[in-house]
Amino acid sequence: MRLIDYANPTRFLGLVAKVLPWLGAVTAATFAVGLWLVFFRAPADYQQGETVKIMYIHVPFAWLSMFCYMTMAGSALGTLVWRHPLADVSAKCAAPIGAAFTFLALATGSLWGKPMWGTWWVWDARLTSVLVLFIMYLGLIALQETIEDPARAAKASAVLTLVGAINIPIIKFSVDWWNTLHQPSSVFRMGGSTIDASMLIPLLIMAVAFSLLFVVVHLMAMRNEILRRRIRTMRMIEAAGAE
Amino acid sequence: MAPPVTRLVGEKLTLDRGGRRVLSDLSFAAQSGVALVVTGANGAGKSTLLRLIAGLLRPVSGRLALEGGDAELSIAQHCHYFGHQDALKNQLSVGENLAFWRDFFGLADAEVFAALDRVGLARLIDLPAAYLSAGQRRRLAFARLLVTRRPIWLLDEPTSALDAASEARLLEIVGEHLDAGGLVVAATHLALPFPRMDALRLGPATIGAAA
Amino acid sequence: MTALLALFLREWRLAVRVGGGALMGALFFLIVVTVVPFGVGPDLNLLSRIGPAILWIGALLATLLSLDRLFQVDRDDGGLDLILMGESPLELVVLVKCLAHWAATGLPLVVASPLLAIFMNMEPIAIGATTLTLLVGTPALTFTGAIGAALTVTLKRGGLLLAILVLPLTVPVMIFGVSSATAVLYGNMPFATPFAILAALGLFAMVLGPLAAAAALRHAGE
Repeated sequence: MRLIDYANPTRFLGLVAKVLPWLGAVTAATFAVGLWLVFFRAPADYQQGETVKIMYIHVPFAWLSMFCYMTMAGSALGTLVWRHPLADVSAKCAAPIGAAFTFLALATGSLWGKPMWGTWWVWDARLTSVLVLFIMYLGLIALQETIEDPARAAKASAVLTLVGAINIPIIKFSVDWWNTLHQPSSVFRMGGSTIDASMLIPLLIMAVAFSLLFVVVHLMAMRNEILRRRIRTMRMIEAAGAE
Repeated sequence: MAPPVTRLVGEKLTLDRGGRRVLSDLSFAAQSGVALVVTGANGAGKSTLLRLIAGLLRPVSGRLALEGGDAELSIAQHCHYFGHQDALKNQLSVGENLAFWRDFFGLADAEVFAALDRVGLARLIDLPAAYLSAGQRRRLAFARLLVTRRPIWLLDEPTSALDAASEARLLEIVGEHLDAGGLVVAATHLALPFPRMDALRLGPATIGAAA
Repeated sequence: MTALLALFLREWRLAVRVGGGALMGALFFLIVVTVVPFGVGPDLNLLSRIGPAILWIGALLATLLSLDRLFQVDRDDGGLDLILMGESPLELVVLVKCLAHWAATGLPLVVASPLLAIFMNMEPIAIGATTLTLLVGTPALTFTGAIGAALTVTLKRGGLLLAILVLPLTVPVMIFGVSSATAVLYGNMPFATPFAILAALGLFAMVLGPLAAAAALRHAGE
């Protein structure tokens, strides 16, 4: 079966109903393994102590904040180029999830930073870029919510999503430039290239678990959005029928 | 209880809009129970006259007087104005739209559902107003006149955008209002079959009188 | 009373429902505050010093930009005519519309300000003081802004003009708002002095705003 066969929303809903319980179970199992490794196997950092365990959720959040945006950019292409009927449903549903992950990345970054920096927030290059990304998510959501007609909202937000996707590297570069200009030495580097396998494996498993969670939540949101649009159409038919 | 409104009289009304004299020395009298039908070409001042009675415009000279009615209230506060615009909010449901105007005008006279039933929109009470067609919006706007009792109805092209069935229903409601001793001033270019009516023709003659 | 309560509830519903834009003001506020460090640099000491002022400027701009549709929507759909024909005095109608607008748009700014204060590296005491001054001061901005909204109600694109008309009028609120917040920070004067003046300005605006806006709206109808 090709992807285009799932363009039919009814068929898509059928697939979601079949896949969702299994996917949910796999997600839960991955989380169980990941959390067990994080809390009982992974070592505490010699400098940061147990605080370092925030990393196991912070890094997946940060990764998903980008991944959601890439999903949206892909869906935006689907809307504009291939006119796939589910693409804009996918894009619309990914935006709030992406915003939530981005917010969590910021919040956990801030919680992690407090003992390190002694303050809740520093204008560190990475955090700042994520903050800009967060604002872009909120802008996209605002645009989708403001335009009432789903088809027009989809086109407009697809254009904005792609413009954003092109701009993200430029923003990232500018923020890095701005940051080094003002702060020659960065206060604190998160992660780092050398990371021991005892920490890397739990981190990867957590990243997989959160990615699965994203897929589950995204599919559920898409299902709800399709149903919501059906209700909208039914109400419009009802209004027209009452003439 | 205030005495019923019996007559609405306009004496030598003159009104300018945007530097142009729209009404000049216009006198009229509207009786309760009889529709005063205002006719005239486009720009003759039909809508202006209605807005003047509604208190939305002020005359340069002349005066409006009401016989009967509540002395505490202004003439405008005795009026319902049913103009071209529907004053509906798309984000609110049909019922919420109507309930707001009922509560805002105070002294609720009828249930929202009953009024919607009267104009044939009762089934759509929970639907957002955004989904309504032009004719349905117009009927919903008209239902506003039914939820709060005000003796004077100012109707500006009341049947525009309505199909034959809705038009008949609207005229029936207006007729009932007249039978109950209500006062109607209707601006129209169509010959609307009100049960009892007086005619007021605005036109070049009234404008010419300014000179 | 029923009429005004109904009006408040309707305005509130319109603002918080989809497309109402109640949270758009808070989003704009967030963006203004975020942009500042890109201009002045990420120096935390500097940011904590200018923090109260930045929050106030952000709240001021967010309030003014959200006000341009305050009366315009009602004018465009004919609702303003009907409101004028109601038995509620127009001044009270304006007051209620402002209160509903503030509850839906201004209050989120106040709620968001402690969070944004963290970005500005402000101390807890300064955060508390700034939030309190915004709580007292933003209604004054809304009431003053309503005058501009009423004056520009007939214009297609009144938003920018509104800001131009109203910004000079908000200078006193701005001055006493920021100085009460910084009084706590530096202790150079008692907090109560500018704060009392700020509260007085708020009450003054609450009277003047609806009176002036109602006068402007009556003329706009003609």
